[in-house]
Amino acid sequence: MTPFLAAAGPSGLTAYIPLIFVFILATFIGLDVIRNVSRLLHTPLMSLTNAISAVVIVGAILVAGPSVSDEHPLWITILGLVAIAAASVNIVSGFLITNRMLKMFKSRKPEEKS
Amino acid sequence: MSPEFRDAAVQVTYLVASVLFIFSLKWMNSPQSARRGVWAGVWAMVLGVGGTLLNPAVAVSSLPWIALAVMVGGLIGVPLSKVPLTAVPQRTALSHAFGGLAAGLVGTAKYYLWLHEGGANLTTFRMFAISAEVILGFLTFTGSLMAAGKLQEILPGRPITYRGQLMINFLTLGGAIACATGLIINPQWFFLFPPLVILSLAFGVMLIIPIGGADMPTVIALLNAYAGLSAVAMGFVLDNTLLIIAGALDGSSGLILSIIMCKAMNRSFSNVLFGAFGSAQEAAGGEAGKTVKSASAAEAAEIMGQADEVVIVPGYGMAVAQAQHRVRELYDQLTKRGIKVKFAIHPVAGRMPGHMNVLLAEADIPYDDLIEMEEINPEMPQVDVVLVLGANDVVNPAAKNNPKSPIHGMPIIEADRAKTVLAVKRSMKPGFAGIDNELYTMDKTLMVFGDAKAVVGDMAKALAGDSGMH
Repeated sequence: MTPFLAAAGPSGLTAYIPLIFVFILATFIGLDVIRNVSRLLHTPLMSLTNAISAVVIVGAILVAGPSVSDEHPLWITILGLVAIAAASVNIVSGFLITNRMLKMFKSRKPEEKS
Repeated sequence: MSPEFRDAAVQVTYLVASVLFIFSLKWMNSPQSARRGVWAGVWAMVLGVGGTLLNPAVAVSSLPWIALAVMVGGLIGVPLSKVPLTAVPQRTALSHAFGGLAAGLVGTAKYYLWLHEGGANLTTFRMFAISAEVILGFLTFTGSLMAAGKLQEILPGRPITYRGQLMINFLTLGGAIACATGLIINPQWFFLFPPLVILSLAFGVMLIIPIGGADMPTVIALLNAYAGLSAVAMGFVLDNTLLIIAGALDGSSGLILSIIMCKAMNRSFSNVLFGAFGSAQEAAGGEAGKTVKSASAAEAAEIMGQADEVVIVPGYGMAVAQAQHRVRELYDQLTKRGIKVKFAIHPVAGRMPGHMNVLLAEADIPYDDLIEMEEINPEMPQVDVVLVLGANDVVNPAAKNNPKSPIHGMPIIEADRAKTVLAVKRSMKPGFAGIDNELYTMDKTLMVFGDAKAVVGDMAKALAGDSGMH
């Protein structure tokens, strides 16, 4: 696993500037997008972001992925697998419950106007 | 596939996944597009995971184990998605705990892995990011477990305080930061890593136990932000843009929700975190001399039946009594008579942001009739009848009139300005925050004592029976 920026510098902060840019811009997008979320939907929003934050499964897979060897001890793999399971709980329950809640939101039915 | 091609494929899937995550949240801006947002999120996750499996570092021999771990998580996740809607706050807190745990474990694994390799990869910046990931991840883990325990009422909801608590909390966090600083100076000082983990775990517990049940909506939102930030820190550890973007979206969501919650209670972050709200109850008992007027459910129904506009102010008490479906019957009976019915929703009604909306949506109340506090308050003087149902502090005029009240300055739904107030309550006991409510002793207020479900059911029945006579 060669991180695509590792070659740019051994320890310098400069190698990480592009990632810091990404972080800052993503935060601005996030603040703007979330501000426009309807207050009606703040509970589903929270369960949706629960599921989205389970993207940490990506890191967990990278830890659990390499075959076990002297350089990659078994217990590291086990930590990674536990992390994968924990993140999967959030992915599955987060998306399912968000969908379940959103199905309940209905507009006023036209026949009730009579 | 050559490794270069696979690397490129990984980056492209991450790019698409990031865009989909942004759209997923963007489509949450209205109930019509929100379900599309869920699908965008699902696809983003599938691409993110699929792209990661393409990474040359992931060995084919590991795939069955990864699949097994995903299945184990899925088996726990499915029942967690079927909890009753009153339990959604606990479920949310619990899933923040899982997210924090995953982040903390990955940070720990990366540290020991790179240490084991000789430490060349443990650069200053990475060590900083690992420390942030581990502190945030593990404090979110234990803190969220405590919050879930309080919401589930396994743990006492009242704040747990003791002498010197603030000092001990600061020392714990300070200790964790000192360990982290040591590790950043010299990553080879591995003996500092276990105390870093333990102090972070301990701090999560200590941070939450002094916070009362009434503040849990803010706490859940704040823990949501921490979970997001730990994902961002993981992204910096692993040079992974997808993690940084998704984590930043999650972090900003948690931040905005906690700001909304704080504003709705007129509190600052530091006040929520260190104020031990609700522990002060010394001013109780001043109610003794005042009398309240009460009415039966049938009398209350008659008053509502003669109104042009009825505003219902629901609180968590309504959900606890499982009265939502009876409320729907009452809503139907009133609208059938041409009476306008609206629901006034305070931002902190319920136990998490937006909780009350979901509870009413479950009872098939159209969302067009769920009105936010700021919109309903100017209409209040024209409203004939306000029906307060299981809400208490959010309609307490003391928030406006009594500078000594612990909730003074908190924005409220101004039920006291309506022409008539009907309040359904089990007894005269003070609410979640333990504060007396002068709304109940006002001249225009009629109390309807009893269980919310039974009372509202009787009201609906009285209206149904009555309408036959017309």
